[in-house]
Amino acid sequence: MESIPIDTEGASPVVLELIYRLKVSDVMTRELVTAAPGDSLRSVQHLMRDRGITGAPVLDGGRLVGIVSIGDVIAALDGGWIDEPTESRMTRSVIVLEEDMPLSFAISYLNRYGYRRFPVMSRDGALVGIVTAADIIRALLVEMNREVERLESGLARENARQRAAQAAGAGGGEGREPLLLSFTTRRFDFENAGKASTELKKALKGQGVDPATIRRAAIASYELELNQVIHSYGGIMEFSIGADGVEILAKDTGPGIPDLESALTEGFSTANQWIRSLGFGAGLGLPNAKRSSDEFFIESAPGSGTTVRARVRIISEEKA
Amino acid sequence: MNISDLKGRLGLEELQGAYEDRPLTGGYSSDLLSDVMAKAEKDQALITIQAHKNTVAVATLVGLAAVIVCNARPVPQDMIDAARDEGVAVFRTGMTQFQAAGLLYAALGSGA
Repeated sequence: MESIPIDTEGASPVVLELIYRLKVSDVMTRELVTAAPGDSLRSVQHLMRDRGITGAPVLDGGRLVGIVSIGDVIAALDGGWIDEPTESRMTRSVIVLEEDMPLSFAISYLNRYGYRRFPVMSRDGALVGIVTAADIIRALLVEMNREVERLESGLARENARQRAAQAAGAGGGEGREPLLLSFTTRRFDFENAGKASTELKKALKGQGVDPATIRRAAIASYELELNQVIHSYGGIMEFSIGADGVEILAKDTGPGIPDLESALTEGFSTANQWIRSLGFGAGLGLPNAKRSSDEFFIESAPGSGTTVRARVRIISEEKA
Repeated sequence: MNISDLKGRLGLEELQGAYEDRPLTGGYSSDLLSDVMAKAEKDQALITIQAHKNTVAVATLVGLAAVIVCNARPVPQDMIDAARDEGVAVFRTGMTQFQAAGLLYAALGSGA
């Protein structure tokens, strides 16, 4: 059923690292075969036959206006409208990928939307390629082979041990007092983004913490967690829940923030276009996190990572 | 008015109906998730075009009652699955956010 049977959330760490490291531009086909809106479906049929393709973006003066698939051509042959212009039967609301999105997005999109190909746009909105399941499988095979060789040569053994240690750390400490929780985050892993904060919220609820404090802790944690996903190479989120407060430690491995003062200014953002299109990167994250915390320390330098320690006090004993 | 009244009063398509029905206290319309985190209140309906899993995560953290996806945007299955796990109602409509917010405001204002 799924085009690419890889679980973008739960696959092995090695595979996850691959699909978040590779970009759509690394796997896409750059030689584009396109159709024009006025081309008849019959000419599209010939185009597909001659070029050995199963779908084509439809361009009008360089602008992407639709996509036509071999399914559209078969339906046209069957229904008797094969001589009609492509624009009358093409799919107009096209779901596209952006070239600097991680490969995990292409996999999720294929499995999610049921289309077999996605046009790829550049930062400035120009059509630069197309991605099919075959492109992804080919690229993954090449990369996985390389990864297997690396593992076999023993070079990756140390990495794997570190990963295993990290993974073990992620599940540990639950259900203890004082409650300690630890999670890892990965660059551009929006599938799992928010999980650490959701678990923190559940834990606080379980401890009977008042709703206002839970909300502040959840906001601070979520913003810091999302910052790691959006801006860092990945990191850890650690929570320590005591009787009088929640300590949040957000520590990433880089690249660091060049200008902390700007980063703490509302509206200042370095996020790229596709991240903004998901509703992130509005320049509200760090200010939100700081505002929701009673104590807030941030340390960062370009080249090294960013560490944030935030504390949200629990207004105890008072019935909320 | 309750969450379960949204469907009929605003003419919405219910995509995720496993939720605990309760009174709606208001609505909030935004596509910036950090803004939703900061400003939306518990038991409000979020009116947005952000149809993905992260919207559900934010809704859960803030305690939102429902997410209303506008402009007939496609809602991916993993978003619906996440919403079911968290008990967040998800509706969809062809209306714009402006229209949906207007109807919801009127419906809540009438006190029903």
